[in-house]
Amino acid sequence: MNNLVILPLLIPLLAGIILVIFRQNILLQRWLSMVAILSTGGVASYLLQMVSDYGIQTLAIGGWEAPFGIIFVLDMFAGLLILTTSIVSLGCILYAFNSIGSEREQFYFYPFMLFLITGVNGSFLTGDIFNLFVCFEVMLISSYVLISLGGTKVQLRQSIKYIVINIMSSTMFLLGIAYLYAITGTLNLAHLSVRIAEVGQEGMLTTVAILFLTVFSLKAALFLYFWLPGSYGAPPTAIGAIFGALLTKVGVYALFRMFTLIFYHQPEITHMLLGMMAAITMILGGLGAICHWDIRKIIAYNVIIAVGFIVSGLAVFTATAVTGGIYYLIHDMIGKALLFLLGGTIIGITGTGKLKEMSGLIRNHPLLGWMFFITVLALAGIPPLSGFIGKVLVIKGTMEMEFYWLTVVGLLSSLMVLYSVMKIFINVFWGETYLSKDKEKGTTYGLLFPCVLLTTVSIALGLGVEGITCYIEQAANGLMNPDIYIKAVLKSI
Amino acid sequence: METLMAILIGVLFTVGVYLLLSKNFLRIILGTSILAHGTHLLIITMGGLKKGMPPIISGKNVAYTDPLPQALILTAIVINFAVTALFLVLAYRSYQELGTDNIEKIRSIADE
Repeated sequence: MNNLVILPLLIPLLAGIILVIFRQNILLQRWLSMVAILSTGGVASYLLQMVSDYGIQTLAIGGWEAPFGIIFVLDMFAGLLILTTSIVSLGCILYAFNSIGSEREQFYFYPFMLFLITGVNGSFLTGDIFNLFVCFEVMLISSYVLISLGGTKVQLRQSIKYIVINIMSSTMFLLGIAYLYAITGTLNLAHLSVRIAEVGQEGMLTTVAILFLTVFSLKAALFLYFWLPGSYGAPPTAIGAIFGALLTKVGVYALFRMFTLIFYHQPEITHMLLGMMAAITMILGGLGAICHWDIRKIIAYNVIIAVGFIVSGLAVFTATAVTGGIYYLIHDMIGKALLFLLGGTIIGITGTGKLKEMSGLIRNHPLLGWMFFITVLALAGIPPLSGFIGKVLVIKGTMEMEFYWLTVVGLLSSLMVLYSVMKIFINVFWGETYLSKDKEKGTTYGLLFPCVLLTTVSIALGLGVEGITCYIEQAANGLMNPDIYIKAVLKSI
Repeated sequence: METLMAILIGVLFTVGVYLLLSKNFLRIILGTSILAHGTHLLIITMGGLKKGMPPIISGKNVAYTDPLPQALILTAIVINFAVTALFLVLAYRSYQELGTDNIEKIRSIADE
């Protein structure tokens, strides 16, 4: 029992509720949301150290022990993701200060941002599957509001599609929960794992597993990603960035959790399916990224490729590949937020998203250019930047298990990422400068600082791999050995 | 009883999916709502329909009905109401802004 475990959920929730009351006071909104995120990050890093020293931290709410009560579990994997979430959302909030506009700020932008973070952190923390659904919904409802906040035509058009898709997948999530409860009679993740290990994962349970696979794939944009490119490009940059960095990753987290803790008995069906979906996602996402000439679209397709790559680490299902998957997941959350923010800054300066209408920005914006270049290299996985180690480990894992087709697709996808993002860099920053300083549509005032912050984190993540290796290995170890999780949650059984 | 419920849930799903596939906002929203109701009924059926006493512990050794599915659908219904309300408001706002409630026509409106 550790009461601190609930704080990553409670701090943003309370701050959000307070901010709803003070709608007009923008200064308070900014400061309080920043303080809330910073303190969430602080608590997360403190808890992370605790998990590293004393093992998995749990909190049985109201003193009702698992499997009867609601339980919050903080293992290393969840802890790392919560810390990364705090860093990413700090970057996005700082970016929003100078870019989102006072109208959106007055109409509950910060509260919904905080509620979104509440939902995300809740999904990482919760130890039973129905609360996973509830936290997903908290996150999704906030995202519905954020995607349509401001009510421009594009946003409304895209939000309808986004909402219908997500309602459908939530309905299917509930269906899966209903079947799972009928078969096993429990909802606690650890208890489910025990029960399924007892009865064996027969045809029925594998079917349920595939139902969950569909649900989380819809949320994570794994294979079923058709809704993503339009939806993530519609809202303002800061919102798009937090979507690209967090929302799909929560789906990926759920896939990791379900398919390492519960449905791991028939990898030849479920994990093979995951692998095939990951490969197709990488290929189709890569083709999308290559063929588009609009910055927003290219960046959105890059989100899809990354999801495919992370899940291929899960599909291989060895310690090496899962470790690589976690490295890449953390790198990608920061890298994607950074890419969205930088892309949004470019669009802000030039006033258009079309690559062919811009050129030579590096003369007036050298810092922006260099940061973009570093991000490109990090995303493509060039050493010593942050994407490298994850890529190496996943590729190594696929070779060890002789999934050579996945190796090929994984490497190919890196090239596609490199080409598509380099295309932005070359077209935007090289060539004649025909947009002089006074003709620019927007300024970069205050927008570069959050980008610098995230770039620093990204570089630090690459150079300081030694420092975080022990944490990530512990996270992977926890995922590969469900017994650790089960023992921490079900102490009596 | 379970068989009857299964048929009912099937009918609800059919209606829900049919409405989802139509082109009108309101029909789509009603479709998602009906689909959700089908799911709620499924959850309560999956937990077992009423078989025993109300789940109040009295100390006597009797069979109780499982209370958990009811708690689950209570939460799910609340969430579904919230989402439906939000979706209705959003659809109305889109109708005002875009001037149509037909999905096909919205598709053809240019981005900028």
